[in-house]
Amino acid sequence: MKPLIRKRRTKTKYKPILKNANTWPVMQMAKKRKEFVQLVVEESYDNLLNLKRGKSLKEELEMTIFREKQRVKTNPWKVDPVDDYSFWEKMSEDLAQVENLKEADKDIALKNIMVKIVERYSNEIAGHFNPSHYNVTRTLVTIGFGRLLNAVRVKGPWSVFSNQLDLDDKIHITGKVDELRKLAKMGTVVMVPTHYSNLDSVLIGWVIQFLGLPPFIYGAGLNLFNLKIFSYFMNSVGAYKVDRRKKNALYLETLKAYSTIAIREGCHSLFFPGGTRSRSGKIEKVLKLGLLGTAIEAQRQVFQSEDSDQNKVFIVPVAINYHFVLEAPSLINDYLKRKGQQRYYEENDEFTTSYKISKFLVKFFTKGSDISVSIGDALDVLGNNVDSKGNSLDKNGQIIDIKDYFKSNGEITENHQREQEYNRILGKKIVEEFHKHSRVFSSHMVAYVGFRMLGRINKHLDLYGLLRLQDDDLIINYDAFKAQFIVILEALKELNAQKQVGMADHLFSLTVDEIIDHGLKNLGMYHAMLPMVKTKKGDIEVQNMNLLYFYHNKLIGYDLEKYF
Amino acid sequence: MISKNTSKKPVGVIGAGSFGTAIANILAEKSDVLLYVRDKEKAKEISSSRISSRQHLEENINITSYIEDIGNQCEVIFPIVPSANFRQMIKSLAPSLRPYHILIHGTKGLDLNIPEGIVLTKENPLSRKHVRTMSEVILEETSVLRVGCLAGPNLAKEIEERQPAATVVASHFEEVIDIGQKLLKNDRFMVYGSNDLIGIEFCGVLKNIIAIGSGAVSGMGLGENTRSLLISRGMVEMIHIGNALGGNTKAFIGLAGVGDLIATCTSKLSRNFTVGFRLAQGESIDQIKASMEEVAEGINTIEIIRELAESLNIRVPITETLHKIIHGKMTVAESHTYFMKFPFRAEIDFI
Repeated sequence: MKPLIRKRRTKTKYKPILKNANTWPVMQMAKKRKEFVQLVVEESYDNLLNLKRGKSLKEELEMTIFREKQRVKTNPWKVDPVDDYSFWEKMSEDLAQVENLKEADKDIALKNIMVKIVERYSNEIAGHFNPSHYNVTRTLVTIGFGRLLNAVRVKGPWSVFSNQLDLDDKIHITGKVDELRKLAKMGTVVMVPTHYSNLDSVLIGWVIQFLGLPPFIYGAGLNLFNLKIFSYFMNSVGAYKVDRRKKNALYLETLKAYSTIAIREGCHSLFFPGGTRSRSGKIEKVLKLGLLGTAIEAQRQVFQSEDSDQNKVFIVPVAINYHFVLEAPSLINDYLKRKGQQRYYEENDEFTTSYKISKFLVKFFTKGSDISVSIGDALDVLGNNVDSKGNSLDKNGQIIDIKDYFKSNGEITENHQREQEYNRILGKKIVEEFHKHSRVFSSHMVAYVGFRMLGRINKHLDLYGLLRLQDDDLIINYDAFKAQFIVILEALKELNAQKQVGMADHLFSLTVDEIIDHGLKNLGMYHAMLPMVKTKKGDIEVQNMNLLYFYHNKLIGYDLEKYF
Repeated sequence: MISKNTSKKPVGVIGAGSFGTAIANILAEKSDVLLYVRDKEKAKEISSSRISSRQHLEENINITSYIEDIGNQCEVIFPIVPSANFRQMIKSLAPSLRPYHILIHGTKGLDLNIPEGIVLTKENPLSRKHVRTMSEVILEETSVLRVGCLAGPNLAKEIEERQPAATVVASHFEEVIDIGQKLLKNDRFMVYGSNDLIGIEFCGVLKNIIAIGSGAVSGMGLGENTRSLLISRGMVEMIHIGNALGGNTKAFIGLAGVGDLIATCTSKLSRNFTVGFRLAQGESIDQIKASMEEVAEGINTIEIIRELAESLNIRVPITETLHKIIHGKMTVAESHTYFMKFPFRAEIDFI
């Protein structure tokens, strides 16, 4: 008999919205890389001169150069240019020379030093998008991942070359897909996903191309460029480099200028607004507003320009959901350490060798169960909802002109404090959208119920006490667990009906016992020790409290705690 | 940022009560003002007599009873109507509001917002999510983001008499504070700025409770020692509840907090003071309400804050006592003894 195969679901195939790669905004940008970098230099220069931080330009430069020299000595990376030290040494000398100049020339000399530094930063940040590399990468990712999955699902050595299953059988894309495609034709999309795993960048990259969207640019940590192979891929897909070691005003302004100009010029962009991955496993609540602010600034600049063909910027929140996160143990340990002992967190890089990356990807795709990516409702840069024609809507569904948000006395004005506030408002709205579009899986539910029940039984303990519970205290009676599980399931269904949270299909199609089993099976399925299992007697046993806490955190923020 | 032509468009004021009228008059010293009066008859009367809430209106104040005029003609609007009518008023104004509008309200009350079909129970008690400050009502009902509030010791009668006074404009937007200052400031009216919008709003809301208590002290014939005790304890109570609801202590020890508290607690001009005074004289709350021309916000606030404090587990002895008096569960005389026995441990425990 032939091996049994699952019937393929017919899924929509999305045609590229821009057929000709030459019309991709990112291509245009790559073609004019030199001019683009020059523009970044000029605009960051202007911004820096207007920036009032209570420091003189000289002090700002002194501090920047000092810190950069320190960085080169104490924390050098492979990716750093060979002339790193000599450059900063030269800047240091130039700055010292300024003292000897005439008063009238000092200012010019200082500004010259600033330009040199900003030029260096701009060149470092700017990506090297290459369409043929992009196509190679895209094909590799799509085929590679698809084949990896096939190897597991359809047994037999030849299944690697089989076309029976595709990546999209495993990854569910839900939400406002058609709207996203429409808006990407109309204006500039800034995608802001939640961030749990290192896999997110690759996953989102795949989603973007699957949906037929032209490449997005996104900031990738400079540390990823340490590896030759990664550097090739990253450059080819339009990534620009973000160096977390550099925290000085000159660098940050250059980075912001880069992002602002790219959005203004119509390049679709992607930020992980939570900054790094969520270490606690919670949906991001506090967002890093720096890059988000560039979307608002870019929108205002578009309105200020006299160009009649004005681009609108659309913010699209995206919620990524996994049954398990490969890096969960190290993430939650970092989180607990930081919270518990107030220790400064040192960036811990799991991606240090190509071997580790490959191992990571193989394990993720072969072991991982469903992954869902929910495309949220598009917002304008003020956080208002946007219809499929790109119009901003007020609370009563009336169309509003968002130009008006930037106006005083009938004119569009530049007011940084105002835009900072708008940024805060947008951030809040994105967090709300994350909660709404996040999809609850069976695994999140069992973790939540299990952890909360132990918390209720051990009321006298604080979080750390709870995490240190002894084996005997880690068993929960199945019937009690099930009863509580039903309460939470009902509460979630009610929230779901009010469109406050998404729920995976299996939560509707299976019986309660089946959901619990499904959850236990999928919860942290890759980890060396499953966080929670059923005992021989049929009760629930927790084997790893830290991990249970991590996965439980996914359901924080829905006010479900009151049921315990 | 603020160009010179602000005065081209009139400044809108919604509500012709005593405070609304006083603000309209101050604004009229620098700009043309459009004053909205809901009642058409009353609007006509004010237009012809040029008197509103016993105050003479400046010449450059125009009256309208069409709310959309305010939205269409003005860019900066000062809504000053009782909290009970606030949401409804904002809803009717909303269609004519655009994102360029700036709203600075002067209403010192809270809005209860319990969705239909939701019954408050012990498991689901009244909480912060059911209670809105006026700025939150504006943000909820309109597309306007540039919102601020006015707070401070602003007894309308004294302002009308052109005595020196000051106010606080609070907003998250510097731009709103700047515009508020530019429009209101004159040689006898100072305008401070604050960015703690919620804190400043709660100052204005909570002081009304203490003012009722202070009225009761006078009504009982007690002296200044007692009043000082009440004011300072009241201050502590305001800070505890204010902090729990999202305000900073700083707001409460400034002009809009302690300044306004002293003014409302010591002036017989204040409506809330009058309520307390008459309660102590033996009148019932319904009698008092029926005979008052304008609403005393404090009565409504006591109800809300008492329930909130219960669900937040905060001690609010003054609010609690006044609530009992209003509902006839305690006499003013009894409250006096109760108060002196209340176990306060530390005088100040919030800084």
